[in-house]
Amino acid sequence: MADNITVLIPTALRPQVDNQDTVSVAGGSVRDVLGSLAGKYPDLGKRLFTANGEQEINRFINVYVNDEDIRFLENLDTAVKPGDELSIVPAIAGG
Amino acid sequence: MSFIKSLRCKECGAQYPVEPRTVCDNDFGPVEVEFDYEAMRGKVTRQSIESGPRSLWRYRDLLPIDGEPRAGLRSGFTPLIKADRLARELGVKELYIKDDSANYPTFSYKDRVVAVALTKAIEFNFDTVGCASTGNLAHSVAAHAAAAGIRAFVMIPHDLEEGKIIGSLVFGPRMVKIRGNYDDVNRLCSQIADKYNWAIVNVNLRPFYTEGAKTHGFEIAEQLGWQLPQHTVVPVAGGTLLPKVYKAYREFITLGLVEDNKPRFYAAQAAGCNPVSQAIEQGTNLFKPQKPNTIAKSIAIGNPADGYYVINLVNESQGYSASAQDQEILDAVKLLAQTEGIFTEPAGGTTLACAIKLIESGRIPRDESICVCITGNGLKTVEVMQGQFAKAPVINAKMTEFDQIVEQIAETPPQTTQPPVKA
Repeated sequence: MADNITVLIPTALRPQVDNQDTVSVAGGSVRDVLGSLAGKYPDLGKRLFTANGEQEINRFINVYVNDEDIRFLENLDTAVKPGDELSIVPAIAGG
Repeated sequence: MSFIKSLRCKECGAQYPVEPRTVCDNDFGPVEVEFDYEAMRGKVTRQSIESGPRSLWRYRDLLPIDGEPRAGLRSGFTPLIKADRLARELGVKELYIKDDSANYPTFSYKDRVVAVALTKAIEFNFDTVGCASTGNLAHSVAAHAAAAGIRAFVMIPHDLEEGKIIGSLVFGPRMVKIRGNYDDVNRLCSQIADKYNWAIVNVNLRPFYTEGAKTHGFEIAEQLGWQLPQHTVVPVAGGTLLPKVYKAYREFITLGLVEDNKPRFYAAQAAGCNPVSQAIEQGTNLFKPQKPNTIAKSIAIGNPADGYYVINLVNESQGYSASAQDQEILDAVKLLAQTEGIFTEPAGGTTLACAIKLIESGRIPRDESICVCITGNGLKTVEVMQGQFAKAPVINAKMTEFDQIVEQIAETPPQTTQPPVKA
């Protein structure tokens, strides 16, 4: 499968992905995409997921498929298709 | 002198120098300013604070600045009102309103956080400041930036109240309205802060910004005669304020300035956006984000960054939470106005409405001291109150017509306050 999903990487995580601001990977679900990202960049994986394997995303990280928070979709099981954009965004303070 | 030690991740404890920083590199946890309380002992006293300016800068030893304050020199030190008429109405013994609707210069609690954030922005030599805002923060950033001669970008949801928009535009910032809710604005701002070297006050200046919120709590304690209220009811949006009022109380306890009376904290949210209240009521510390739908737009944050800490601190203090429906919010705005002469925005109505519910359900005892934190001003959101009052009569400038009105009023029983509150 082609690397068809673009993942936007925030500054805080760029050192873990050779300082790239986007990384393209393959996958049919958010779980697949983040899983293969973590496989390729283990240091990133450690920060993305809780200690509980790759089952639970770190609570200070929000993941969006296109413009929607995956918690409003199917969480890690949210389907993604070629051309989708996945953003990893740290939670920030309110206003 | 400064008592700052470092920045420290609230989760893993990793330490960082005092620098613009959004989150911890290891786990994305929030970083917090750590102070040297040992060094403060004997130096930061009731007397040293009382001899300071009548502004939030009287607590400067407990704020993360290196040099002199550079912004918001008159912000803070808002009234703490002993609300006896409201207390009687609610059937409670001792009730206080901490009134940040009177904050300077933009009439909300945000003048506290921005005073500190702008001072840091100047210390760090930024030429542009910005924020993601539900309105009040944008006002404050725009005003403080104008006064400091710094360029400001304010990002807000596209559908805010007119008063919230004009109230920012008048200060001349670059305003960008984002289609979507606050959480969309927030996400974009996080990415903006990544790309541009600007001081986004609630993103890369967050560790400093949030410390400013402590001054709301310091003032409550000092103005109460150096003691803590037993129950503090705080509105929760992104979740900055409640943990920082908690921290303020703890710092005063640590420094021996007040006695530890085991203060309890209560989270107030609108029913149309209550991820934190819902989690507390369900006994979990993992909240579920929501799409906000409430008239209390200034606290309509469905994905609160610090929600997790709010939940933990509320539980730890043995407090609780409540949620208020739109009409309950409006009724509480009227009640506060008609008993105490304070006009707050729907966020303040939410806080009071939730306090009433917590009192009625017995969560807050009627015979202990209660402080309700009012964070914003009703004159910014007048349109939400439309249709809430009988129309004022229009007459010709004739005494006979006026007499008629007085007669009519005499015939109707005096309208005191509403809604009727069961004691």
